[in-house]
Amino acid sequence: MQTRAELERKNLDSMENPYSSVPAEITSIVDESPTIKTFELEPDEPMEFATGEFIQLSVPGLGEAPFTPSSSPNVTDTLEVTIMEAGEVTGELHDMSEGDTVGIRGPYGKGYPLEEMEGRDVLVVGGGVGLAPLRSLLYMLTAQPDDFGKICLKYGARAPDHLIYKDQLDDWGSGASEIDLELTVDEGDEDWEGNVGVVTNLLEDLEVDTEKGVAVVCGPPIMMKFTTQSLLDYFESSDIYLSMEKNMSCGFGMCGHCQLGKYYVCKDGPVFTHDQVKDIPDLWE
Amino acid sequence: MKAIDKSDFSEFVDNLIEDDDREVVGVQKKDSKFAFDPLYESDDLRLDYDTTILPPKKYFMPQRETLIEYNIEKGETTPVNRVVPRIILGVHPYDLVAIGQMDKVFEDTHEDPYYLEKRRQSVLVGVNMENVSDKSFASTMGTATIDSGYDLMLTDIGDRYAIEVGSSKGSSLLEQAGAAVDDAKPEEIRKVKQFKEDLPEKFRSDPEFDPFELPSLLKEYYDNDEFWEENSEDCLSCGTCNLVCPTCYCFDVKDVNDISLSEGERMRTWDGCMLEEFAEVAGDENFREEKAARYRHRYMRKGRYMYNRFGDIACVGCGRCSEQCLPDIADPVDIFNQMKEGTS
Repeated sequence: MQTRAELERKNLDSMENPYSSVPAEITSIVDESPTIKTFELEPDEPMEFATGEFIQLSVPGLGEAPFTPSSSPNVTDTLEVTIMEAGEVTGELHDMSEGDTVGIRGPYGKGYPLEEMEGRDVLVVGGGVGLAPLRSLLYMLTAQPDDFGKICLKYGARAPDHLIYKDQLDDWGSGASEIDLELTVDEGDEDWEGNVGVVTNLLEDLEVDTEKGVAVVCGPPIMMKFTTQSLLDYFESSDIYLSMEKNMSCGFGMCGHCQLGKYYVCKDGPVFTHDQVKDIPDLWE
Repeated sequence: MKAIDKSDFSEFVDNLIEDDDREVVGVQKKDSKFAFDPLYESDDLRLDYDTTILPPKKYFMPQRETLIEYNIEKGETTPVNRVVPRIILGVHPYDLVAIGQMDKVFEDTHEDPYYLEKRRQSVLVGVNMENVSDKSFASTMGTATIDSGYDLMLTDIGDRYAIEVGSSKGSSLLEQAGAAVDDAKPEEIRKVKQFKEDLPEKFRSDPEFDPFELPSLLKEYYDNDEFWEENSEDCLSCGTCNLVCPTCYCFDVKDVNDISLSEGERMRTWDGCMLEEFAEVAGDENFREEKAARYRHRYMRKGRYMYNRFGDIACVGCGRCSEQCLPDIADPVDIFNQMKEGTS
């Protein structure tokens, strides 16, 4: 006679369990801003992902939340996620330390189509923690700079201490990098000498070939809305890539939360061209 | 087609309850309504019911179920799948159509072992509708009768039940009834055919739409904010229409700790797009903050989105949503008729 526990396990052995997580140790934590940290994770089994795809990260006892890795897919034994403290799972993550373990499953979705960007100028526009998935993309673009045209990054945050990846921003802004960087903050402080204002202010005299180039945008909904509006003056709708955010529970097109018009953000996105989603009313609401 | 005397059928059900390892569930009276519940004697089975409070989806996708057990201190996670094999008696055709639609969902992108294993280990015994609820419009939706999707299908033909066999699972269940089952006589087969032909007359006569018009009607009405605002004005955002719907399957996954706080379960629970927090994300963003947007979303799912993805209109016309909506604003016939009228 089999015990109930044996029977239950047997049921699962016959099929792969899509909800099972792989344990991942937190190997380093970087404070990016007062509310944002980057966690380097070392999973028990390496998890390969393409830039822009996302994972479900779980903290047992609190649940799961979706994040797009901010690290390069070329690094395979670890991955990094950059997380803003905004809810229960993220709050607990911010209290965790190096050596603690979380769970990850995935990757899911469709990421940035690098092949579509080959040979073309790429304008990357980020807002706040939205720079996280874009950093992963920038790593890929700069890993093979000859494959792409000019790479421009326009990045805005609430205030100077809310800009993330400060070391990288210094590198990218140094002139020695392939990336042409411009920063802005909504509100400066006494040490800030750069631009003040919203990121759309940086989209007027673009140094990229907008006719042949592509634009990639990630940030809070309101920033994405106005950035997209500005970009449409220069770029084709099908050349603007948007990272859409939605509530997600499963990650693979089942649970129903992330429906966006006819799409599921988790399965058909999270990266969409503007052309794919432009007819969906209330897109940013 | 097979047939069995009603008294023999009762004995067969009693024997199943007594001897079969599987749990026998069936439709029973529950106060003034009907419900699927575990069956302890065949006398309680009411195959003449009009509709049940909840559809039988609860047996494949329970209101709450454990996906994974975890121990925080030990850092262990263990997948579990609690499957109770069941014989489910008295499922109406529209609910069988809904189960068929849900099967597609749970094996489309990933095979969901929790749902699929419960399905595989259950036997579905359907029954053709003898009585029809006032709110049901299954005949309009083309789901009042079906040719597949059941393991066995019963039809009341007087002193006997005619039995259509739909699968090997069904025929091996029927073998347990032994010699009581014989081949249906030609006039009994004719009776079943007649029963199905007469069925549409029992349904409400007010639907003015064709189900295949729904995707385009809904597309046309998407931007009509006034229409959705007016129709959802009295909505309580209670989610009842989601819970009682046989094709609603949206779920949430959350961790529930036990009292020690060191162990717990990752649970899947029913969720509903009419609930305010359904489309909420971190940072106080809610992608469907207004009840009109949620109300519209539900109809879009039923008549357009699921159709575009799976080719099915995800409303089977059972009428449960309109029957159980407190402010009485959930009748799909009313909405679809209004659209039809507005465009013709």
